[in-house]
Order: sequence, then structure tokens, then C-alpha cells
Amino acid sequence: MITVEQLSGGYGDVPIVKNVSFTVEKGKVLGILGPNGSGKSTLLKVMSGILPATSGSVLLDRKNIKTYNARALAKKMAVLPQLHANAFSNSVREAVSLGRYPHQTGFFSSWSDKDEQAVQHAMAQTGVLRYENTPMEFLSGGEQQRVFVAQALAQTAEVLLLDEPTNHLDIAHQRQILDMVRKEAVECGLTVVMVLHDMNLASLYCDELLLMEDGQMRAIGAPHEVLIASQIEEVYQARVTTYSHPEIPKPQITMMPATSEHQPRAVITKENFTVVEDFIQLKSEIPLKTISSAVHNPGIGWYECFLNRSVPGDYIINNVKQEVAGFLQRENFSLTGTVVMLTAVSTNMVALNEYKTDFGSVFVMVTAGVGNAVDVSRTHERQDQPYVGTINTWVIINGCLSEEAFFQAMMTANEAKTKALQTEDIRDKRTNTVATGTATDSLLIAATQRGKEMIYGGPITEVGKVIGRGVFETTVQAIHNYKTKA
Amino acid sequence: MSRTALAYITAITLLLVSIWCGVSIGSVNIPFEVLWNRAADETAANILWKIRMPRVVLAGLVGASLAIAGAAFQGLLKNPLADPYTLGVSSGASVGAVMTLFFGISIPVVGIYTLPTFSMIGAVLTMVAVMGFARLVDRSLKMETLILTGVIFSSFLGSLISLMVALTGEELRQIIGWLLGSVSMRGWPYVQMIAPFVVIGSVMLWTQRRELNALLYGEERAKHLGVNVKRSKYLILAGGSMLTGAAVAVSGTIGFVGLVVPHMTRMIWGSDHRHLLPLSFLNGATLLIICDLVARTIIMPRELPIGVITAFIGAPVFSYIFYKQRRSKGGRA
Repeated sequence: MITVEQLSGGYGDVPIVKNVSFTVEKGKVLGILGPNGSGKSTLLKVMSGILPATSGSVLLDRKNIKTYNARALAKKMAVLPQLHANAFSNSVREAVSLGRYPHQTGFFSSWSDKDEQAVQHAMAQTGVLRYENTPMEFLSGGEQQRVFVAQALAQTAEVLLLDEPTNHLDIAHQRQILDMVRKEAVECGLTVVMVLHDMNLASLYCDELLLMEDGQMRAIGAPHEVLIASQIEEVYQARVTTYSHPEIPKPQITMMPATSEHQPRAVITKENFTVVEDFIQLKSEIPLKTISSAVHNPGIGWYECFLNRSVPGDYIINNVKQEVAGFLQRENFSLTGTVVMLTAVSTNMVALNEYKTDFGSVFVMVTAGVGNAVDVSRTHERQDQPYVGTINTWVIINGCLSEEAFFQAMMTANEAKTKALQTEDIRDKRTNTVATGTATDSLLIAATQRGKEMIYGGPITEVGKVIGRGVFETTVQAIHNYKTKA
Repeated sequence: MSRTALAYITAITLLLVSIWCGVSIGSVNIPFEVLWNRAADETAANILWKIRMPRVVLAGLVGASLAIAGAAFQGLLKNPLADPYTLGVSSGASVGAVMTLFFGISIPVVGIYTLPTFSMIGAVLTMVAVMGFARLVDRSLKMETLILTGVIFSSFLGSLISLMVALTGEELRQIIGWLLGSVSMRGWPYVQMIAPFVVIGSVMLWTQRRELNALLYGEERAKHLGVNVKRSKYLILAGGSMLTGAAVAVSGTIGFVGLVVPHMTRMIWGSDHRHLLPLSFLNGATLLIICDLVARTIIMPRELPIGVITAFIGAPVFSYIFYKQRRSKGGRA
């Protein structure tokens, strides 16, 4: 356990680090964040006694570090500063063995089994064991960095201070080092304080974060309490936004580049749509922010190409992901830039309309195969498998929607579709009640994200009104097409 | 482990061979037998024990001192070009020695140790001055800064010596011969004069072998590893200066031994100071014994100053290290 109490200090008379206090319990990991020059590394140096503290104190196990001599302190606390190459050649093993220095005392002190174990453990943990006999200068920057981490681990101290341990490392090795630090903390009760540049790594691997600004503590707490977009924006003077990690409940941060003035003023027009026998295609010059329940590239993302692909009625749906990927490759579409929906309806039954609005315009495309329409309130009565025969709806907006507006737009569009089915008196054949959709409907909302942001997309907003009317009218038209041409 | 053993066996074998060559080769060739049987050849035995052996032992001690001091200085300063000669410490020791001779100083209590004592004082003062000045110029103590400072101090101290030499008049020839570095005509008293300092200085450095390993990664890192950096630095500087002072007191300034030997040793056996220091000690002795042998036989019956031979080998090695260091730095940038 390490406690820092109202610590100030730095180079010369003017303290760089001002009045910093925190405690890290045994087995916990604290990450120190902050912009360049905010005093992160200086704080670590003052904590480790390399730079003098002008006031305040650092307590290790409730004892001031000033009361330890160099050797005793090194047994308690290992420090890994940012390192530079040295002029002479050492083997990796020699470098790691140096971590045992504080444990070797006396004139002729020899190498004990415990020393050997600590060195082997440290080399294995950091994955440098296979370089054991390689001279340091033959290693890459990342490998050297891992050797230095191993050196610090070999000290078998209770507290480990790390200054940017992931410097020069690729993500595989960043993960390896940080996983290892985490493991040592959880399993062996190592207390860790580390300076990190990468807020996302810090969020993933630290129990607590300390955000520094101008040498002072700006915030301290769990990652979600510190990584708040507005706070990060203020401290770093950069536009950011937060989102949650897909697998673990930790916040992530992403940078928002300054918006360029020279964006092409691209808008979606009717010319962007093409209808051929196999598919209906929308090709945009710029990626559109998209939210969809499509077969290929569903979810939220940015895509330039959209396909509503017509497949035969006997299409085998089990292997759909692989089949669609094969189709895209065959037809030279980008796998990562294309969203694909499937329908059994032939492409000539499409209904496509443009609606002019004050903010721009909205396109609605619908193909409606209503042969298998169902009443959602009664589907619990049936056990059949899904099959093709579906209503696919695209809403393409020349405008800018907030995240919230996207979801509201989806709801609005879906309600309009249901209303269209009701108006056309499409029925669930089993229950003979009015259908609300089919078993496999897909919906896609895409927007150019140009122009003024529209915060809401509900039924009585400007955009919601157009979506409601547009989806309703177009769906009705598509149902007519289906009925007449089928 | 076996590699380390091999290093020591090689070093000791070479040393024994060089000692035998040193005592047996010369204007009179000495038969092997004389070593244990004086009666076999009384004249040869006299030459061996009274003239050649002390000379060889003295050369060995001087070489060992300069080499181990060089190895320690290089480790401490993280500078492969540092050695007592390039840092100007040898010149400082010379000034101390020449002053002792010039003023005829003799301190009763220390007796025969007066000369090495003043030499050492000269060495320590110069070391402190060079380091202080270099730090003033450039806090990070870059390699070039330190060597350049050494050159400046060497020149200045050299001119001081020249002044004193010019003022002495009749003893001129002797002092100049001494200045160029030589171990000839010294005899056992000189061996006795420096032996204790060589032992103490070497032990001081040897106690800092692990600290030197840590210091290779910089003072800050060493401190984190638990090294008492201040104490270590003082011990290494004091030990190194003591060895340099002792060597210079008996043999004048012999350049480059402290540069070439640790460099070669490091290249072949690695830079772990636990072995680098003792191996440099042994190899330094061997090198200087061989250089002395060459110096006194190459233009027989006349002798070359030994410093000429060491500089002849040392300067190219210095250039090579300098070139390699600069190139690797340029490559990294």
C-alpha cells in the first residue's frame, strides 16, 4: 500500500507537482493520466525520491520513504522510468538479474535460488525468456522495454511504479505487459502506480485513475468517474466522445478530429440509386452513418454502399453470412463498406420516393413481400423457422442526426410500416388478425451527417414527420407493387 | 559459467606467458631453469631477480591499475572513451609527481610513499575539476564534452609540467624520459611503493562491481535499484584516482592502456563488471608487460619509452571506438 499526502515537488524551487494526495491499496492499480507537461512523470519521480519533495510525504506501509535507505526502499518499491539505451552491451539475463541488486548484500554475496527464481519468473512473465542470452542492443525497442519491466519485476517489490510501460509496444505486447501487471496485482497483491498516455488502456487496466492538470489533481476515481467527455475535453483541449467497451464495463474515449472546411458537399440524390435484376443499390460518395438490422454489417457504423439483394425463394438461410460474403467478393463489393439486406421479392417491385424538407431531403426505399406477414402479438403461438419473405425498409436522410434521433427514427419508421400494413389490411394467415410486419423485416436508417444536428427524431419532429409519412406512403406503394406484379 | 572460467584461465595463462617472456627475453637470454635454481647461472639469476623481474612486476602492476581504473571510469561515466589518460587524470597525477620531484618534497611519516601520495592528490583534484567543468558545460555529461574537457586539462597541466621541467635545468633529461612513460631502471623499491595502493584501489573498485552494473543504466535507474549512488560514485572516483596516481608516480603517463584493455575485454567477455574488473586487471598487466618487452627490444640496444608503444596501439583503437559510437548514434537517430 502506498499513500501520497499533499505532495508537492519538482525541479528547482517552483514545484511542478502541487498538493497531490491519494492512496493505492494493496493489489490495486492506479493509472495517472494527463496531457504532456501536466506533471505525470514528475509526480512519479517525486514519489520515488529521485526529485525532492518541497512539502508533503510518501508513505510505504505507513512509513515515510525518507526513513528507508536506498537498498531497503528498492526491496519495497520497484520503479521503471522511461529508459534510454546504454553504451555497453549486456545480455538480457544480465539486465534482468540486476533487479536482484537490493537483495544481494555483503562482500562476497552469492546468487541464491530465490534470486534465480525471481529472475526466471520475471523473464517468463514478460516473455523475454527466449532472448535470455541475446545482447540488449540486438533487441527492438519494444523488446528492450519488456526486459526493463522484467528487471523491475525481479526486484519482487510490493509496490511498482511504472512510467509509460507500453511505450514503443505494439498492441499485442501492450496487452501482454498490462495483462501481466494486472495479474501480478490480483494474484500476488502487487500495488501498481503507472503513468499511461493511452486513456483507453488506462480505463481497461486500472482500478482507479488520477487525472493531472498543471501539476494538480483534476479528478480521481473509478474510470467511469474520471473519463467524462466534458472533463477530458477541458483538460486536453481536444474534442472527444466516450463510448462503452463492447465486452467489459469500462468507458472508452475516442478523439474527434477538427472538422475540415473542405468536406465535399455531397448529398444523396436519385442518381445514387440503381436497380438491376439482382439487387437495388445505393452508392454514396461519402460514408453514411448507419444503423440497421441488415444481414451483412448490421449495427451502427459508417458505410458507403447499400444493397437490397433479391434472392430466390428457396434460398438456404442457414449459411447466410458466408454466402453473402462470397457474393460480395464475387461482385467486387467492399466487404467492410457494404451493408446487405436480403429479400425474396424481385427488384422491380421496389418503391422509392424522395421527400424534400427544410433541412435537406429524405429517401425511402421499400420492398415488401407480405406473403408471410405475422401479427407480432400472436407469434408466440407458432414454432416455424424464419424464411425469406420480408419487408426491407431504407430511410436515407440528407441531414445530421444525433444518436438519440437515430433510434427514434427507427421507431418512427417501424410504426409507419405497421400502419401501412394495417391500412392495406394485410393479415396473419394463421390467426386472421391484422399483421404488424413479417418474421424477418429489416430496417436501415442512414444519414449523411452534414448540416445542423437534429437532436430528436420522434413522430412530431421535422425529420420524424417526413419519415412517418414517407415510410407509410412508400410501404403502401410497395405492397401494391407486390400484389400487382406477383 | 564455463565461459567465465575460460575467460579467467585465458587471462591468467596469457599473464604467466607474458611474465616469462618479459623476464627471459633481452640482451641476455635467461634459461628457464634459473627460476628455481640460482646456482645454474649466477649472472642470469642476478639479471632475472634484480633487473628484469622488478621491471616486469612493475609493468604488470601499472598496466593492471590503469586497466581496472579505465574499466571503472567507463562504467561510471557510461562512456567507452573514458580512461585515466583521456580524462586528463594521468596529467594531473604527473603534475603532482613532478611537483614532488621539483620541490624535493618529502614527508617523513609517509616516507617513500610521498611521491605516489602527491600523484594521487593530483589525480583526484584533476578528476574533480574535469567532472565539474564538463558538468558546467553540459549537464548530461556527453561523451564528447567529457573527452574535450580532458584534452583541455591535459594541455594546461602539460604546460605546467613543461614550465617546471624548464626550470629544473640539469635533471631535464631524466624527467622527460619519465614523462613519456617508462618502467625501466626502477627496481623493487618502486614495486613496494605502489603495491599497497594498487591493492587498496582495486579492492575499492571491486566492491562496486554490482553498483557499476546498475550505473550503466544511469544514476536514476541505479538509485531505483537500491544503489547508494553518491557513495558508489565517490568510491569509484577515489579508487580509480588512487590507482592512476600510483601508476603515474612510478611510470609517468602511459596512455590508452585503460582504454584498450577494458574495451577488448568487454568485446570478448561482455560488460558484466563482476568479471570485467578482474579480467581487465589481469589483461592490463599482460598488455603492459608485453608492451614493455617490445619497447626495450625493438630497437636494441636502445629503448623506446613504453608510452610510445601503448599510444601506437591505443590511438587507432580509440579512433575505432569513437567511429563506432558515432555511427551507431547516427544510425539510431
